[in-house]
Amino acid sequence: MSMVQESGCRPIQPNNARIEEHPCYSEGASHRYARMHLPVAPACNMQCRYCNRKFDCSNESRPGVVSGVLNPDQAVKRAWEARQRLPHLRVIGFAGPGDPLANRERVFATCKPLRSSFPDWHLCLSTNGLCLPESVNAILDHGIQHVTITLNALDPEVGAAIYSWIFWNKKRRRGVEAAHILLEQQLAGLSALIARGVLVKINSVLIPGVNDRQIPEINRLVSEAGVFSHNIMPLISAPEHGTYYGVMGIPGPNEAQLQQVRSQCGGAAKLMTHCRQCRADAVGLLEQDRQAELNRSPVEDSRVIPIHRPTRRDPVANPPSPVVLAVASQSGERVDTHFGHAAFFRIYRVTGAQIEHLGERFVPRYCQGDDQCEDKDHTLKAVLNLLNDCQGVICARIGFVPWQELLERGIEPVNSHADRPVLEALSHTARLLQDKHAIPTPKVAAAGMKGRG
Amino acid sequence: MALIITAECIACWACEPICPNAAIRVKNEVFRIDKKSCTRCEGYGDLPQCVEICPVEGAIIDDEGTAMNPPGSLTGIPPREPLPA
Ligand code: SF4
Ligand code: SF4
Ligand code: SF4
Repeated sequence: MSMVQESGCRPIQPNNARIEEHPCYSEGASHRYARMHLPVAPACNMQCRYCNRKFDCSNESRPGVVSGVLNPDQAVKRAWEARQRLPHLRVIGFAGPGDPLANRERVFATCKPLRSSFPDWHLCLSTNGLCLPESVNAILDHGIQHVTITLNALDPEVGAAIYSWIFWNKKRRRGVEAAHILLEQQLAGLSALIARGVLVKINSVLIPGVNDRQIPEINRLVSEAGVFSHNIMPLISAPEHGTYYGVMGIPGPNEAQLQQVRSQCGGAAKLMTHCRQCRADAVGLLEQDRQAELNRSPVEDSRVIPIHRPTRRDPVANPPSPVVLAVASQSGERVDTHFGHAAFFRIYRVTGAQIEHLGERFVPRYCQGDDQCEDKDHTLKAVLNLLNDCQGVICARIGFVPWQELLERGIEPVNSHADRPVLEALSHTARLLQDKHAIPTPKVAAAGMKGRG
Repeated sequence: MALIITAECIACWACEPICPNAAIRVKNEVFRIDKKSCTRCEGYGDLPQCVEICPVEGAIIDDEGTAMNPPGSLTGIPPREPLPA
């Protein structure tokens, strides 16, 4: 379906880039624009029976599953990293692994710097809706223009079968009472968001035998309310997931069941059928999750990582070009020194398998060992100037500020070889950098740019 | 008096922001209740807030070792039969 048709007959007429550049709102965009979920929201204020918050498996791909929680600083680092490698990144999502609105401070603390650094990115958030009404102002204040609410039942009796409990007003509440409170909050939040022009998407998990009949009603209600799209997702349930439904042997729908329910949903809210049920730390285009690549870390205190795509190069057609690298190593044998503690860097030129030691470069020490050394920026600038001709800096550890400044200058900070032999770190890093520079612009990105131009 | 977080804790962070006494301390993702600060929420709510929001059975115990959220109480999944002695 073309994007022109898609944005043609909406109840609200939001700014088109908001739809066309968001892979979850526009199927066209899902092939061209990348989104990244930042897993900064670990806490949750309720328990859905399809979720097991203990679960943490990096091979899983389902909502609420994530292999590492980031604090806001780490999340911002991850965003900077991704910006360097994914030119078609447009959307930052907050989806968990818990509920973003049960972690308001962490989520909004992440939004602030992202908004000022990347004003053309779209920020979006997915929530169970329990804390939505009181969060609407803050959501808008932080520039979040896309909100997804998970709505699985309109009948509190059915809701009681889906939610084990909610935490509400200082107490854990269960059963129909809990489902009733949740529904009121969800609906109040939904209309407040729509009234303020936010693009709202509804997710509903189809649980056969539990809420099949609720879903067409949800579709009707949310369509009337002016919701942009409705995503009906199959329950994912296996005993090893340890969820209530998994353990109790309640299976997800088959394709026919899913189609049948979808066919009963004819409301104006566009049915979204290209959802991949992203993990809360998903990265990249919907169809190609690069989270595993991103989770190998060069950044201190974060499991976050550069997306290095090894490419196969023809060594004859493309002879390796020399790479100049700086190494923070006191001993000269192992990568043993923190970037900020180095009194000198050892400079090497690596050409293919050949490693030449060019000498030492003495630098002013900008970090005096305490953790709060990030504001000594004049010294840092001097250090960076001395390293300007290098393509990479290998060190045992590195703080966020110098890491970011290096990237800004096109110098690759590498700290994945802490305590490894210097020679090994050099040849590995040189290969990595050569491969990186050999990456052609991805076709998808090129097409995307053309479409917008 | 103070409650105790056990090794069952999954570091989900739910309890930390809602403790009225800032008694929950986190170091390297290990959650602990500070004995001196925890009042079991006396005078705040009827019930210890951390216990009310914790999603994991057995993650919070009292000083007698009794689970505040016993097996079966949160997930609805019936607890496994104890192994015969
Ligand atoms: S709202 Fe999300 S994180 Fe919370 S229990 Fe439900 S699925 Fe899990
Ligand atoms: S019982 Fe109350 S005071 Fe004690 S740790 Fe839990 S929330 Fe904090
Ligand atoms: S709520 Fe429970 S599981 Fe979560 S961090 Fe606190 S004690 Fe641990």
